[in-house]
Amino acid sequence: MSDLVQIENLHVAFRNDDGGYNDAVRGVSLQLGREKLGIVGESGSGKSLTGRALLGVLPPYARISVDRMQFDGIDLKSASPKLRRSLRGGRMGMILQDPKFSLNPVMTVGKQIVEAIRIGDRRISGGDAKKKALGILEAVHIREPERVFGLYPHELSGGMGQRVMIGMMVVREPDLLIADEPTSALDVTVRTQVLSILDELVTRRGMGLIFISHDLNLVSKFCDRVIVMYAGRIVESIEASRLHEATHPYTRGLLSCLPQIDGSLEPLPVLNREASWAGAA
Amino acid sequence: MSVTPDLVVDPKRAVRAARWAEFKVFTRRFMRNPLGVVGLVIVVLLLFCAAFAPLLATHDPYLPSLTDRLAAPSATYWLGADELGRDIYSRILYGSQLTLLIVGLVIVTSAPIGLIIGAVSGTVGGWVDVVFMRITDVFLAIPKLLLALAFVAALGPGITNAALAITLTAWPPYARLARAEALIVRNSDYVNAVRLAGASEFRIIVFHVIPMCLSSVIVRMTFDMAGIILTAAGLGFIGLGAQPPLPEWGAMISTGRKFIFDQWWVATVPGIAIFTVSLGFNLLGDALRDLLDPHLRQRK
Amino acid sequence: MLEIRNLNVEFSGKLAVRDTSFAVQPGESFGLVGESGSGKSTILRTVMGLNATWNGSISVDGQDVRKIPRKQLAKMVQMVFQDPYSSLHPRYVIGQQIAEPMKINGIANPERRTAELLELIGLGAKFQFRFPHELSGGQRQRVAIARALALSPKLLLLDEPTSALDVSIQAEILNLLNRLRKELGLTFVIVSHDLAVISYMCERLMVMRNAQPVETLTREQLRSGAIAEDYTKALIAAA
Repeated sequence: MSDLVQIENLHVAFRNDDGGYNDAVRGVSLQLGREKLGIVGESGSGKSLTGRALLGVLPPYARISVDRMQFDGIDLKSASPKLRRSLRGGRMGMILQDPKFSLNPVMTVGKQIVEAIRIGDRRISGGDAKKKALGILEAVHIREPERVFGLYPHELSGGMGQRVMIGMMVVREPDLLIADEPTSALDVTVRTQVLSILDELVTRRGMGLIFISHDLNLVSKFCDRVIVMYAGRIVESIEASRLHEATHPYTRGLLSCLPQIDGSLEPLPVLNREASWAGAA
Repeated sequence: MSVTPDLVVDPKRAVRAARWAEFKVFTRRFMRNPLGVVGLVIVVLLLFCAAFAPLLATHDPYLPSLTDRLAAPSATYWLGADELGRDIYSRILYGSQLTLLIVGLVIVTSAPIGLIIGAVSGTVGGWVDVVFMRITDVFLAIPKLLLALAFVAALGPGITNAALAITLTAWPPYARLARAEALIVRNSDYVNAVRLAGASEFRIIVFHVIPMCLSSVIVRMTFDMAGIILTAAGLGFIGLGAQPPLPEWGAMISTGRKFIFDQWWVATVPGIAIFTVSLGFNLLGDALRDLLDPHLRQRK
Repeated sequence: MLEIRNLNVEFSGKLAVRDTSFAVQPGESFGLVGESGSGKSTILRTVMGLNATWNGSISVDGQDVRKIPRKQLAKMVQMVFQDPYSSLHPRYVIGQQIAEPMKINGIANPERRTAELLELIGLGAKFQFRFPHELSGGQRQRVAIARALALSPKLLLLDEPTSALDVSIQAEILNLLNRLRKELGLTFVIVSHDLAVISYMCERLMVMRNAQPVETLTREQLRSGAIAEDYTKALIAAA
């Protein structure tokens, strides 16, 4: 099976106050098939920037360099902005942490989904588009799709908003979904639901999923493969099921510093960051 | 517990050093905006002209010389002479003092008034807010120039009255601005934290809310200066601002109006002066806003 | 140390806290767990006097909070906020912010104590001349803790003290809090959505849902699974 996504040696840098550049992502390479890949790291590790660089939605003042960036055989490095835009609208989708910022606040949820459908298929009739939108709402386990269809984003709870957002993304049947902390703003009980919806959609439609999160345990439960990032580099890449066999001290440190409900009451082990982690990958 | 003594002895100096370091970073970022630097240069040039007008001037700005009436720009009269034969170049230099005086008077009165009213209004809330804001609304509802005209007409023309009249119309936007900032700041956790420590409302407003309103007020101030210069020139033009023989730029345009087709320099030179200075303040304001405005600061 | 009886807090016609009672013993660490909107943070803010309209009774150290003058209350109980990025004033250096409560209350030699507090929370006195934006999230939260301790209160209310931080930093802050509690003999009330954090930090906890208490458990009950309510079980399963 050919890889859906290939990235080789990605660098992203931002200007600092001295007029020089600070590298935020430093030589990240990764391959993704039709699988669930988790990218884990702490804030500032460059995990979100990696996802955004792949989508092509980094701010214009970011400096990007990459040896190779391919999506399903398409060379993204030389792709025109127009092509990348159409890819974003159709074959690649993104889910952000807070649905409040990614839904249009002055348009009902239903209208936004219908619009998303019509962008993908211009010949679909209004009635069919609505039917399809209601179907999607149902697919993301919204109990009263007819009612939610007519609501504005601010009338939705966090969990519902996130499900609508997922619905809007999958309605275009993308081949790749990038989810950036999709459940961090959600309560634990809702989180489980949202994750199972994502899982179901990914498995059934055979999408590739990049799941970006700070939560190592969550990612290891949900994804097939996990990439751990530290200071803009990948420090470890491991099968999710074998996470407990992780060898890198950073990964091990992340796992052990979490308190457990039935864990020891001794002081929590603390990460001793070593300069070498930020060095060679 | 070991505490390095020199860190405790003179905290004031260390705090000053920390602020100085902040300022240096700020300057470096400012210098990256070429248009802002142009604005700054114009403003500094204006200050320079005003300060050293007596040294830079080639003639007495008030001394008529009837033989040189309306003389064209030449080696003696660099920018020509006006209808009384006074050197326009020297008058422009002295005029910059008047312009700065008016701008200064208006800013030192209107900005603090607006800032205090807005900060109190936003922080205290309740009926205080209602009363202050309705007063502000009343002043905002009156056309600027009209109020200034009425005021000058009542008190008589002159520079101080013109400045007072402009102040009267200039403070409400500051009050609005400061209130909007104060509304956000008063419920922030850092203000809550000092509130929990038992701070009085007075202390909260003066030490914690007002510093947060300052940057947007400063930005607004720089933008306002251009407007103030134009209003002052406008009042001078219709004869309600500075009185002859003061070399106020607006009044100079007004007298030059009669000769605009034949002796264009009499009206044009002060016009260019007004234009350049207004542009300078606007460019500076734009650059400051890019640096200070919290809503635009996200880009890193 | 803290006793709350039949507390009701209303926001624009909606009850944010409904008929809630609990008591915290001196030296104890008490947890409030629940999902967003369950009213747990509102309780803390009400104790501190940040909500004007409430009824019921709240007493700290046996005294009715309505009758304690504000400055005296400030010396008895302090609060640490959730987001260290918004709880420090962006225009003042760290030292000034820690000294501010002492200056307000006329405590002598605030500079010396500021330096001591910074040593105590593990940053070091040299940090007093830094601005908040020069600090990481974990360092900021340490500063917020130092500021809360400036008036030497015996009761500390912690509102999601680590939820805005990375997990490795969370461990450092939790360790710090435990050490401070032991060294200074503090009483904690900790609000969190994370049962694991509460189980690690607190001897007793109260689960809240929809503005009211679900049940109160000891750490042993939580760990041994001696739980009565289904909602609590669901929370544990999802964690």
